[in-house]
Formats: sequence, C-alpha cells, structure tokens
Amino acid sequence: MSEHINESILNDEIKEHLKENRVNHMEYFSDMERIPHDIMDTVVRAMEEYDYDKYTGQDVLRALDKDILFPEDFAALLSPAAIPYLEEMAKKAQIETRKHFGNSVYMFTPLYIANYCENYCIYCGFNCHNRIKRAKLDAKGIETEMKAIAKTGLKEILLLTGESRKMSDVEYIGMACKIARKYFNVVGLEVYPMNSDEYRYLHESGADYVTVFQETYNSNKYETLHLAGHKRIFPYRVNSQERALMGGMRGVGFAALLGLDDFRKDAFATGMHAYLIQKKYPHAEIAFSCPRLRPIINNDKINPMDVHEPQLLQVICAYRLFMPFASITISTRECERVRNNLINIAATKISAGVSVGIGEHSENEENKGDEQFEIDDTRSVKEVYDAILERGLQPVMSDYIYV
Amino acid sequence: MTEAGPKLFYGNYLNKNVFSRNTDKNGLRFKKWKIYTMDRNEKLVLGKYEFNSRFILGSGKYSLDLIKAAVENAGAEIITLALRRAVSGVDSILDYIPKGVKLLPNTSGARNADEAVRIARLSREVCESDMVKIEIMRDSKYLLPDNYETIKATEILAKEGFVVMPYMYPDLNVARDLYNAGAASVMPLAAPIGSNKGICTKDFIRILIDEIDLPIIVDAGIGRPSQACEAMEMGASAVMANTAIATAGDVPAMAESFKKAVEAGRTAYMTGMGRVLEKGADPSSPLTGFLED
Repeated sequence: MSEHINESILNDEIKEHLKENRVNHMEYFSDMERIPHDIMDTVVRAMEEYDYDKYTGQDVLRALDKDILFPEDFAALLSPAAIPYLEEMAKKAQIETRKHFGNSVYMFTPLYIANYCENYCIYCGFNCHNRIKRAKLDAKGIETEMKAIAKTGLKEILLLTGESRKMSDVEYIGMACKIARKYFNVVGLEVYPMNSDEYRYLHESGADYVTVFQETYNSNKYETLHLAGHKRIFPYRVNSQERALMGGMRGVGFAALLGLDDFRKDAFATGMHAYLIQKKYPHAEIAFSCPRLRPIINNDKINPMDVHEPQLLQVICAYRLFMPFASITISTRECERVRNNLINIAATKISAGVSVGIGEHSENEENKGDEQFEIDDTRSVKEVYDAILERGLQPVMSDYIYV
Repeated sequence: MTEAGPKLFYGNYLNKNVFSRNTDKNGLRFKKWKIYTMDRNEKLVLGKYEFNSRFILGSGKYSLDLIKAAVENAGAEIITLALRRAVSGVDSILDYIPKGVKLLPNTSGARNADEAVRIARLSREVCESDMVKIEIMRDSKYLLPDNYETIKATEILAKEGFVVMPYMYPDLNVARDLYNAGAASVMPLAAPIGSNKGICTKDFIRILIDEIDLPIIVDAGIGRPSQACEAMEMGASAVMANTAIATAGDVPAMAESFKKAVEAGRTAYMTGMGRVLEKGADPSSPLTGFLED
C-alpha cells in the first residue's frame, strides 16, 4: 500500500514535524475503553485484500442485477471497471433511493460550538498547530445560535466541536444537547470519540446519532496524517460507532475523507465497516457521508487528488446499492450543481445555511472562531428548500421521534 | 378463549367482519356467532369504527401536496401516517390530510414494545385518534416486524382503549395471540416493506384469513393494483399500500387504480369466484365412471 501523502496537504512546518518520533498509533491511552476488535480486524483485512483491478464489466453487471448485494458486489461497484456503467448505477441507485425514502430529502445544519483541538491532523483547519482564531460558545451563546437556526424552520441539528476533551468536555457537550432538545427534534453529534458510558450520558441528554469520520482505514497512512492527540489512536477511532451503539445511540454515521489515501479502498472499508456494524447491531440506523478534501485556512491548495466528480458519484451510488436503507449526506464541501443532482439520485440528506466557523449564525456573537474548511455551497435554508421542491422532491425537516 | 373451539365454516359466505365480540365478566373475550348470508355492502369493522372503503392509504414517501388528491382518488377513509412525521415542524403532514379521513398513526421508529407504547400514547394526543398501527422493527435492513414485541405492545394498548392494528409477520400462533391481546385487526405483510414484490407470503396469509376472526389487512410489499386485487380475492378484509403509489409516475392516478383493484377483488370474493382449474380440464371419463351398483 502506498504511503505517499497527498502533496497538496504538506507545508514546511508539517514536513519538519513528520521527521519527529511519534507515539504508537495502535496503542490505547489509559483512559480509553477497549472493546473487541472483531469488526475492525475484519474491515482492515477485507480492505487489504481488496484488489479492485481484478473486477470486470461482467462483475459490475452481475452486481447491478441483484436485489440484495454482498460485499463482493460492492467491491465490483467500487472498481475502475464500474466507471463505464455509471449511468446504469445512477439509475438503479435512484430507484433504490425512491423505494426506501420516496422523494424525501432531509434537511439539517451543523452547529460548531467550539473549535479548540488537541489533535494534529495535517489536512484539517482546526489542527492544534494551525494558527487560527479559536473560540468556544458558552450556554448563552449556544442558545442564541440555536434560536437563530430554529427560526429558519430546521428541526435537525448536528453539533460539532473541535476534538479537545479539555476545552469541550463531555458535560459541556451534554449541556449543548440539552439546549438543542428545546429547539430541535433531532440532535446528532460529530465530536471526538469517547467511551460508551459517555455516549450514554449524551444520549440521555438528547442526542441520538453519532458520526465519526474515520478519514482513512489504512492505519499506516492514518499514522502519517494524524501526528498527535487522541485521534492518533487508530483502533479507538475505528471502534467509536460500536461504542456509541453500546451507549444507546439510535444511529451511527461513517465516512472516509476521500482524497487522503486510495479512495477505492477507503470507500470499500467504510461500506464494510457499516455492513458489519449493521450485522452485529441490526437495529442501528446507518448513515454515510462522502466528504472530499477541501482547502483550509493557511493552505488553499489542498484538493482531493484523483477523486473527481465521476468517482464521487461512483462511491455514493455504490453505498446506496450496497445498503439501500442507509442515509447518505451530501456535504457543503460540494457545489450547488453537484448537490442538487445528487439528492435526485442517491443522497437523502443535505445541509443548508451552513457555517463551519464558531458563532456565525447570530449577528451579535462576539466570540467568533475560524472555519474548519472552505465550504462551497453557501445557500440559505430557504434557498436549499426551494431547490429541493423545484426538483419535484420533498424537503423534510424531521422524520424522527426521541423515545 | 374461544378460538380454540370449533370453527364454523361457510366457505365464501363466511364474512369475518360480522362477528361481534364481547367481554364476559372475567374480562375474557368471546364471540357471539352471527351467521349472515351475503351482504356486499358489508362494512369494514375495526373496533368501534366502521368503514365503507377497504383500501388504506399510506402518506409517506410522496409530496405532501399530493395527499389530498391521492385520498380522494383512492376513496380512502383511513390514512396512515408516521407519528414522527406529524411532529416534524414547519410542514406537518397533519395539515395536508383532508378532514373526515380517519387517521391511523403508526409507531414506526419503535424498536420494542415500550417505545411503541410511548409513541402510541403521544400519537393519541397529537393526532387526536385512538387508532394505532403498531410497527416495531429492530432491523434497519429488512424492516421486518418483531412479532414478539408487537404482541406485548398490543396487549398494553388494547387495555388502554386503543383500536390496535398490529403490523406483523404472518404467523398463525402470533395472530391468535394478537387476537387474545385485543387487536382490532391483524396486518400481515405480503413482502418486505417497500419492496413492491407482491404477495410472497400468500399461503400464510390465507391461513390467517381462514382461521382468525378479525379483519385481515394485507400490508406492505403490495406493488401493483393486480396484487391488491389478488389479496382481496383471497378474502382479505382490506389492503394497505404506500410505496407502490408513492413511487408511481402519477400518484393520484395510481391511487385510483388501487381503489378499483381493491373493489374488484372484494366483489369477486363476495360473489364467490368460479372454480379455477390448476391444470388443463377435468378428464372426460371420471375415475369413478366405472361405478354401477
């Protein structure tokens, strides 16, 4: 497996840091809960054995002919041999999406409540060495932001923090969940991985969905991209979704950051991870996100290398056909044209009115912090809502009940 | 309980919906057998409610502004909705359902009996309807109902006065348990929900129709009007469909098509269908033709 790093990420400072000795990324810190590694081991082995060049057009057609796909079919759909069949894949993905979701498109917005981070992920704008303006909203600030968002009609919110246990501890996140429950039906979390008892606390505080981006499932590559912090510990991150379900969460989200490593292998591992989790926890609701690398503050050159739009569509359609019941979110990292079309094919969830900085939903918030990455689609909730309607689709603010 | 006793069988002339059920002084249910001859205008009886239409329409997976037209074209008197969609904020599905249509909230999202009971109680307040369709799934892939939890929820809710309509995997023992638990109907699935595959569970649904003295409402998996018609021909009391209509090119027109199919199937059942031979014709010289004395 190539250990080559996407050149667009690197700068001189990072190159210097890469020469230093680093802690073993496979060894847990003492405060980290250990659970069995059966799923992680299987995912990693499947990914390592995945030889996408061996698949042919016939394999792709066979997969497209099936009602229920197995990992081998998913592997074929992610292979280069599937690119000529992209139109067929998209057509079948659209049919499957309609069968499971009708014409519903779910809307939500992320709310960044803090951007302090202890990790050193060299591609991320929040990393602890990146010189950006840091901020953390207090209870009043969170409430003000949520009120402003709720006014737009949204009923689902995704709470994000930078990954700093010190600056954004579990109780702080729990407080944000409790405030969020007052204004929203659905509360999701995209915060640092934690232990199952902490997930349980946040579930009891009102959150029901946990998304953890694995970024890459290639642990050797992972190690060269995440140089310090909790996030550096690969197995603790991979097992986050399982711990979240053990803590009582209803659904979990998966993603590889496409462009960091070999995207076909990473997408395959992401699907396998979700597949195995669903097998072990059949009640779990499964979600995928499909982020591609984006420019950040202090590095506007970062790009997703070989993951162009056709490849992005291929990955999304493969997820849809492999797990037709899964929610697929399309990021504001993508432009309006791509997002508008993807919700008509396979994506079922779209963010709107997005800010990836701190305190930007309300005018009066003085404690503002910088963004995690550059967003592309800056449309408001109303604009996205209307765009969904224009396509004959149905914007849905929530289809969920907290029990 | 009574259903272990002898079953009166009148072939096509047995109409399930005419048995009135009562409770004796011990709280046990018993049947008052009333055998009617054919009445084509027999109503669909669900608990204390009566309906003329035998087609139950779903409201999910299609645009809210089509609901009114779909209800009208379907001639539907009952519409199902997920409670979780009724509490969804700006666009509440409740605002789009025409007045006069009976709401049948479902408990989708529930993973066990306890959650279903909580959702049902909330639905009684939000939808102002004491009818509830129990849906309990703890499998996000196939969305197959959990029969065991469904029986538990049915028992609790029936005692609380709900008109309980449990969605279930067609199993005779479970259907009997649901009857004993106080269900107002039984809703066996024809095929996995949303699959449009038709009546894959035909033989098992037929057993429920023959054995269970409650309205049997075929739910889930019906993909075409012809399949809805088939279910009604078999003697189902009603059919429920959603995805087949929601994913049609013209939602209101497909709703109408289902209405007609359901009516056709019901009429065929009520009139007593002619015999349909499985293979070829009867032999012209019967095997018993040799008999003389």
